[in-house]
Amino acid sequence: MPTNAKTKLATMWLSGCSGCHMSLLDIDEVLLDLAKKIQLVYGPLVDIKNFPEGVDVTLIEGAVANKEQVEMLKIARERSRILIAMGDCAVTGNVPALRNSFEDSDQAVLQREFVENSDIQQTIPTDVPKLLKKVYPLHEVVKVDFFIPGCPPPAGNIAYVLTELLAGKVPLMENKSKYG
Amino acid sequence: MTTKTVSLKIDEHEITAQEGKSILETAIENGIDIPHLCFLAGLTKTGACRLCIVELKGQAKLFASCSTPISDGMEVITNSEKLKAYRKNTIQLLLSERTHVCSVCVANKNCELQALADKLGVEHVAFEREWTSENVDSSHPFLVIDRNRCILCTRCVRVCDEIEGVHALDLKLRGKDSQIIVDFDDSWDKAASCTSCRKCAKVCPVGAIYVEGEPLSETKDTGIADFVLSRRKK
Amino acid sequence: MKPADIIHLAETELDAQRSYKHRINVCCSSGCIPFGALKVLKAFEDAVKEFGVQKECKVARTGCIGTCSVGPAVMIEPGNYLYQSVTPEKAREIVRDHVVLGLPVKDMLYGSKAYFEKQHRLVMKNAGKIDPYRIEDYIAAGGYSALVKCLIKMSPKDVIDEVWLSGLRGRGGAGFKIGQKWTFVARAHRSPKYIVANLDEGDPGVFANRTLAEADPHAILEGMLIAAYATEANKGYIYIRAEYPLAVDTLKKAIDKAKAMNLIGQNILETSFSFDIELRLGAGAFVAGEETAILASVEGNRANPRPRPPYPAASGLWKSPTLIDNVETLANIPQIISHGGLWFSKIGSPTCSGTKCFSLTGKVNNPGLIEVPMGITLKEVIYDIGGGVPDNKKFKAVLVGGPSGGCLPDTMLDLPIDYESLTKAGAIMGSGGIVVIDEDSCMVDTAKFFIDFCVEESCGKCTPCRVGLHKIQETYARIIGGVGKPEDIQFLRSSCGYIQEASLCGLGQTAPNPVLTTMRYFGNEYNEHILQKKCAAGKCSFKHNVKEAEI
Ligand SMILES: Cc1cc2nc3c(=O)[nH]c(=O)nc-3n(C[C@H](O)[C@H](O)[C@H](O)COP(=O)(O)O)c2cc1C
Ligand code: SF4
Repeated sequence: MPTNAKTKLATMWLSGCSGCHMSLLDIDEVLLDLAKKIQLVYGPLVDIKNFPEGVDVTLIEGAVANKEQVEMLKIARERSRILIAMGDCAVTGNVPALRNSFEDSDQAVLQREFVENSDIQQTIPTDVPKLLKKVYPLHEVVKVDFFIPGCPPPAGNIAYVLTELLAGKVPLMENKSKYG
Repeated sequence: MTTKTVSLKIDEHEITAQEGKSILETAIENGIDIPHLCFLAGLTKTGACRLCIVELKGQAKLFASCSTPISDGMEVITNSEKLKAYRKNTIQLLLSERTHVCSVCVANKNCELQALADKLGVEHVAFEREWTSENVDSSHPFLVIDRNRCILCTRCVRVCDEIEGVHALDLKLRGKDSQIIVDFDDSWDKAASCTSCRKCAKVCPVGAIYVEGEPLSETKDTGIADFVLSRRKK
Repeated sequence: MKPADIIHLAETELDAQRSYKHRINVCCSSGCIPFGALKVLKAFEDAVKEFGVQKECKVARTGCIGTCSVGPAVMIEPGNYLYQSVTPEKAREIVRDHVVLGLPVKDMLYGSKAYFEKQHRLVMKNAGKIDPYRIEDYIAAGGYSALVKCLIKMSPKDVIDEVWLSGLRGRGGAGFKIGQKWTFVARAHRSPKYIVANLDEGDPGVFANRTLAEADPHAILEGMLIAAYATEANKGYIYIRAEYPLAVDTLKKAIDKAKAMNLIGQNILETSFSFDIELRLGAGAFVAGEETAILASVEGNRANPRPRPPYPAASGLWKSPTLIDNVETLANIPQIISHGGLWFSKIGSPTCSGTKCFSLTGKVNNPGLIEVPMGITLKEVIYDIGGGVPDNKKFKAVLVGGPSGGCLPDTMLDLPIDYESLTKAGAIMGSGGIVVIDEDSCMVDTAKFFIDFCVEESCGKCTPCRVGLHKIQETYARIIGGVGKPEDIQFLRSSCGYIQEASLCGLGQTAPNPVLTTMRYFGNEYNEHILQKKCAAGKCSFKHNVKEAEI
């Protein structure tokens, strides 16, 4: 990234366990380096309501499981120059997508959670976003520029990708990627 | 026994080796890495996974290095851009074919498919993944087969037939529907011919066959076939 | 029996045949039986009795005459009067008018003279003329004289030299030089040696090999015997799919007859040459026709291909040297031996001698089983023999080579049919299917049909074919479902290249052909489907699937 202006970084949390965000915070001293070069403009780590325009890099954790997430992801894609799938849920669907093996899983998970496993008020709520029939990795919904697999992705890999990008280079994942 | 030696080139390495070996075997002996999955030292070479394909100078076709014998003057190219791209494609196809979720798999970190994906830089699968619900059989006292993780390399079938000498495992159906079966598609506890020797679990490159309650790092022993054979010869 | 007895038998049989003034050949092959050929046969026999002409008119049950779409077909000799769509009632009429009164029934004669004019019947020369269940018929037509010639006058090497000289190439698809292949097997100094005759014929809509077996089984047996003599093989298997019950029955009885006459078995015709032939029934898988898969299947295993080398010529059935040839290839052999390799090499085209049988089907006026000299153009086959496209529809494409063949457009109609030209155009010879497609068909849909077939028939052993073809299938489902993307074209192209190069056997290596040729010659239809969701032929529904609708 050529200019002296700080790089605008956003993060987003879809269907995931927040482990990827933990990994992001786990990059230790690299965080201090990064902090000098980036401005965190959106994400669960900051208190900003709307996804801003003109974001340089967006890291997204989690798979796409409901309608709202489809909208959020599409907005993030529109407003970001580089979009990165962070972690196995975003890259493959991972644990949230395990329900894909079952028929009508969108209904089945709600039934299981809110009726069968619930002691009181056994009703499926109507005020939550509608679940999709299947859970998708990000790249099946929008174009994704880089992938950092891992469950969670190793902090070093997140650091590597961000550092390379900030230096204007293309990160190479051979021998680096880490599923699971 | 007198065996002829042949001279060949694998990438930039000049090699002399005994006639009768395959390209892959020769490469492994000489510390040259050619990705492979279905090949296992000591078992019949089936050329099924197509990861070990190489180019031979002067030939238009690609060759599976596991089953192609070396010959004098051969020049093998193991890592052209095309081969790299094809191997990545193959890994992606395998990952997309059934339900491979590393984070919840017994073989996580002990998986040859996962390791190859990481090594070859398959950071995502471009194809739509299938989320299968194939049969999982845990009826045996300690052996489990989860067909959702099977990549149909048939190492288990071969080790059972060729090393254990039992042929309790085989395939049914064809194409994408192919499945590993025990005896006549029985549940494993009813399979009379199985000797419970665990060799299938030892050689499974992924987490499709495993021993319940035992870490796969303990179970896996990909040298088993070669070891048994070497003892037999003596 | 001795060699001379064969010659003698031929003469006696010919004398018997000459005593008839008329011969009525009723086609009773799998093509004509569903139209009622067996009833027609009975009706002819009854009528001949009714009119009291048994002594001068012979009614024979024969194999395919070639006009499969207008069965039951009946040929009356002399004069080769070909009657079409004969019914039991009409059979009586034909005997009365044609045989008794000498007046051919004109309005029932087969119309298209051109259908036969450009054909060259070599392999099928006996088809429709002899009774496949009578070995005497075959012998009278010159059968087994080539075997006798080999046994008496030729060394194994002489036989192979003659086959080399003929330039004969494999009719099973790959077009390998047969002289070369036989030499490999002959040179393998290990016994036992085996021969496998390939009659798997798994391509949909192809029935040339079946027809041959039903019409002239002994030609296949004689070819095998000569091949065995030349390569010093001990045992032969004919691998035939169980879905061909009539062909199985015909071959089985032919083998029994030949055995009874000491033409198969120990010390054949009282010489030192011994060879046994056995039938092996396959469960009907396309891939089982592949040469290493067929070996596995004959051995009683799952019909999966295996990598080559070792080639079957060095290590085939039970690890012994094995010769695998298509039955049509083998049926050419007796004539090459009888008339000489040089004679054969002058038939057909310079690079490709001889003839080829094709099942001509699809949108043509005269579908059927044809045999044409190599080098004939597609145009001659489709328009002269086939009589063009019916109902004034426009010709669109021709699929040559079965499910993994290529779809060629009208601009390619001058292409000569030979191995090299077809391969260059993106098609293959395959085992002999020509399907004509008219303007009512959508080429995207057609390609999808064949990919579906190959996905279904993939043995599942290797990754590119098993999973890669499935991904192509899914892409077609999306394009036809109306949610295709422009990138899909590039994806199809690169996937096809990968599958062709990386697959283990010929099935995967050739399965992309219909995709590549339809994209090459009918690219505009793909664009229309993807960009405008339009199918000019009106075949594709463009019904969205769930996934694209929700995201
Ligand atoms: C998928 C596949 C199917 C095949 N099916 C047949 C078949 O049905 N009949 C046949 O003769 N050859 C078939 N072949 C070709 C055989 O592998 C082999 O080349 C042939 O039988 C050799 O005989 P030829 O030299 O007389 O042609 C097939 C090949 C492949 C790859
Ligand atoms: S190409 Fe297809 S049919 Fe041939 S071995 Fe591979 S999976 Fe089987």
